[in-house]
Amino acid sequence: MATTLKQLDYSVLQQCMHCGMCLPTCPTYVETKRERNSPRGRIALMRSIADGETQVTKSFGEEMYYCLGCLACVTACPAGVNYVELFETARADVERKGVLHTPQRGFWRWLTLEVLFMRPRLLRAVGMGLRWYQRSGVEKVVRGSGLLRLLPEGLRRLEPQTPVMSAVFSNGLIEEVEEPVGVRKYRVALLTGCVQDLAFAEVNRDTADVLLANGCEVVTPSVQPCCGSLHGHNGAPELAMELARRQLDLFEVESLDAIISNAGGCGSHLKHYGPLLKEDARYAERARLWDSKVRDVHEWLAEIGFRVPSAGCGVEEVTYHESCHLTHGQKVVAAPRLVLGSIPGLKVVELPESNWCCGSAGIYNITQPEQSAKLLKRKVEKIAETGVPVVATSNPGCHLQIAAELKADLGNKCKSVTQPVTLLAQAYRNERSGGVVNGEA
Amino acid sequence: MYEDFLSSIAGVVGADQVLTGDEDLVPYGFDGTAVLKQRPLCVVFPADSLQVSGCVKLAALHAVPVVARGSGTGLSGGSVPVEKSMVLVLTRLDKILEVDERNLTLRAQCGVITKEVDDAAGRFGLFYPPDPGSMKISTIGGNVAENSGGLRGLKYGVTRDYVMGLTVVLPDGRLVELGNKCVKDVAGYSMKDLFIGSEGTLGIITEVLLKLLPKPQARRTMLALYDSMEAAAETVSAIIAAKIIPCTLEFLDRMTVGCVEDYAKIGLPTDVEALLLIETDGHPVAVEDETVRMRDIALKFGAREVKVAVDEAEGARLASARRQAFSALARVKPTTILEDVTVPRSELARMVKFIRLTAERHRLLIGTFGHMGDGNLHPTFLTDERDIEEMHRVELALEEIVEETLAVGGTVTGEHGVGLAKKVFLKRQFSEASYELMREVKRALDPRGLLNPGKIFD
Ligand SMILES: Cc1cc2nc3c(=O)[nH]c(=O)nc-3n(C[C@H](O)[C@H](O)[C@H](O)COP(=O)(O)OP(=O)(O)OC[C@H]3O[C@@H](n4cnc5c(N)ncnc54)[C@H](O)[C@@H]3O)c2cc1C
Ligand code: SF4
Ligand code: SF4
Repeated sequence: MATTLKQLDYSVLQQCMHCGMCLPTCPTYVETKRERNSPRGRIALMRSIADGETQVTKSFGEEMYYCLGCLACVTACPAGVNYVELFETARADVERKGVLHTPQRGFWRWLTLEVLFMRPRLLRAVGMGLRWYQRSGVEKVVRGSGLLRLLPEGLRRLEPQTPVMSAVFSNGLIEEVEEPVGVRKYRVALLTGCVQDLAFAEVNRDTADVLLANGCEVVTPSVQPCCGSLHGHNGAPELAMELARRQLDLFEVESLDAIISNAGGCGSHLKHYGPLLKEDARYAERARLWDSKVRDVHEWLAEIGFRVPSAGCGVEEVTYHESCHLTHGQKVVAAPRLVLGSIPGLKVVELPESNWCCGSAGIYNITQPEQSAKLLKRKVEKIAETGVPVVATSNPGCHLQIAAELKADLGNKCKSVTQPVTLLAQAYRNERSGGVVNGEA
Repeated sequence: MYEDFLSSIAGVVGADQVLTGDEDLVPYGFDGTAVLKQRPLCVVFPADSLQVSGCVKLAALHAVPVVARGSGTGLSGGSVPVEKSMVLVLTRLDKILEVDERNLTLRAQCGVITKEVDDAAGRFGLFYPPDPGSMKISTIGGNVAENSGGLRGLKYGVTRDYVMGLTVVLPDGRLVELGNKCVKDVAGYSMKDLFIGSEGTLGIITEVLLKLLPKPQARRTMLALYDSMEAAAETVSAIIAAKIIPCTLEFLDRMTVGCVEDYAKIGLPTDVEALLLIETDGHPVAVEDETVRMRDIALKFGAREVKVAVDEAEGARLASARRQAFSALARVKPTTILEDVTVPRSELARMVKFIRLTAERHRLLIGTFGHMGDGNLHPTFLTDERDIEEMHRVELALEEIVEETLAVGGTVTGEHGVGLAKKVFLKRQFSEASYELMREVKRALDPRGLLNPGKIFD
């Protein structure tokens, strides 16, 4: 992968014909109405750097981090511009040139990208520590003490929203190999993710259950590396490549029918190991094979014709928020709705602007708290418009972000966030415990 | 030397509405036209007519050229800045001021997005017929300045047919109001017409008064597939001769159909020579009658197959073949150059064939689609601007296509305007005297040439 705009295949930049079709779909352009905050404006800036007319400056760096990476522009673009490659290369260039460098930013990047998210065991240990902190009462003491002022501004604001860590992580909930109840039709691997694993390990359990209920043997290595999407999206392509190689080493790709992801953001990145490793002679081919097998869980369920449950899931009404990378990155749009729609007694109410970014966007809510908060507010207002008590989404980032705001938004009738697979898993469970169509779960 | 100017402009619009940084200017250096770009001196965002007037006055005082810009979707370089110019971005003038149900008019500021005009009309059971392919992005002011057309042009005409009045800032900064809500008005010169299609060279339009129509009650869409371009063209003539005016009569050539199918997978056969998209709207009974008659005509004149949509949803799906033509072509190569020649309808078949042969002669990829009912063709060159040798062949081919267009009595632009891209051809289309008349009008209104200089003519 190119790490500077000048190395980038120029035709990728040229593909943008500045028609502007992407403008009305871009949350940052719609906010400011300034061309530099639009996809075509950003691409023009990248191109002028590639052309040597302008330099990678601080202002350019800020622009690249103001972009959410939501990829709404990719869906809108008639010319098929590969914005993902442009965006990742631009951010990598910004990092290489160090135009945004401050000691504090450097520290946090190092801690997250190079330490925590490179070491899954350490990440879980930190998660465990965090759980202890949250449960033991120390959290209250620390909040009272003013110690939090040591955190950078963005994190401090988010601190009250820190996800409550799962009691057990996926490895405590899922065996390395699990066999389906009836006939085995497929053999699939389950990717547990890092944020999903730390905050929503049960969603991983639910995903495994749903797969088992549909004739899949499920292989889940207990310690999995981060998929590297965080690194790819934040200008650290070398680390992203390293993580991709580790991932490829961990799975017997040839023997699998599919590799299942249940997190929109991870899945979008996981499907692009091929281009990421295309210059790595040892891994290129395997990466391509890998790409061809990665499926979002809903996509996979729709593809194999999943079994419609005969019981309900205990929820009567739900609305669905589309994670950007599931809908724009992976183009998985109908399948999650199909899953929700299949559950008996569950009414699916369409969410207005369901594919408009909620502002979570990886670590955007930390780096750009203001714009993130505006988008989040817009999102929960739309959720309130539906008048539905439960919203489903399929990405841990969106899940956390929306849940925190709904908790704070007292007037909102919607109080709960869940994921489509969780509801389907619940329906399958209810079948076994006597076929509840609705009511108590 | 520009410091005074910039600070006085900031005094009019506020300092945060004036941009001068590199990263701010680069994205305003171009519009939707391929290849053309030029960085301006500054970009300014006025909020209303008075601020526009204030900015223009200051520009006149400091002799700074002014380039008006809507959404920058133009396809002839109209809003590409000139050197050391002030770009006036009008998107903050975005209010719909009035929908007058009794007079069927709508008054809006120039920066309102075209689709929002139609949506606002829709809430009253009315509609705004001109629907350029860019309607979700373009501004109504930009549409008036370019006199834009759309898919419904055959029956409903172009932007000009819906402009009843304009508020315009003249090159010296004066504000004038032209036209009114009267359906009949013959007092004096038709001044508003002068500004329609003037591409920001005569004045800056800040408000528009538009005519609306009642929404047609029914609509039917069909696709006709042909093995020869002539058969498609004859169908068009026969439909017109049968005294049917469909609202839409669009066509795609073989290359475009192939690209659309590749990209959108609608289920079109890729071996057709031409495809017609036909749509009729109006009273349900008339729509049904016209649908049947047009289908019969298409079959009689050699259509291989006619698909009639059973409902609106299927109609939209069929129409998407045409709507996606440009997009599908744009994916093929890095640079996409969209042309806009128009010929008398009787010359369509000949022109399309000529374009195909020109492409072959110069070894180029050209997909052609367009508004068959209007004679408006969009030959689209698929190329790579870095390939200098190929770009040279593009120029030669374009030259020949324009010559042929003029030879059959056509015009060098049907809806995208002259701007920078077409000005060398404009001279050839006009006689010496009529060309000079246009320049005299420009000189009379803008003697110092400060409004969008270098556009339409040098
Ligand atoms: C994908 C795509 C599809 C298109 N389809 C069509 C189509 O079907 N039919 C069609 O006719 N065109 C079409 N166009 C061309 C373009 O959208 C139109 O010309 C449109 O009217 C331009 O509007 P804008 O707001 O973007 O204006 P801009 O591009 O910003 O400006 C266009 C010209 O108008 C001037 N101008 C803008 N606003 C004002 C104002 N308020 N007062 C005075 N001058 C002003 C500018 O100086 C410039 O010369 C298409 C373009 C694209 C990219
Ligand atoms: S829609 Fe695509 S081609 Fe058009 S301006 Fe946006 S990125 Fe460029
Ligand atoms: S990724 Fe999202 S925020 Fe960034 S340019 Fe595209 S639409 Fe705008």
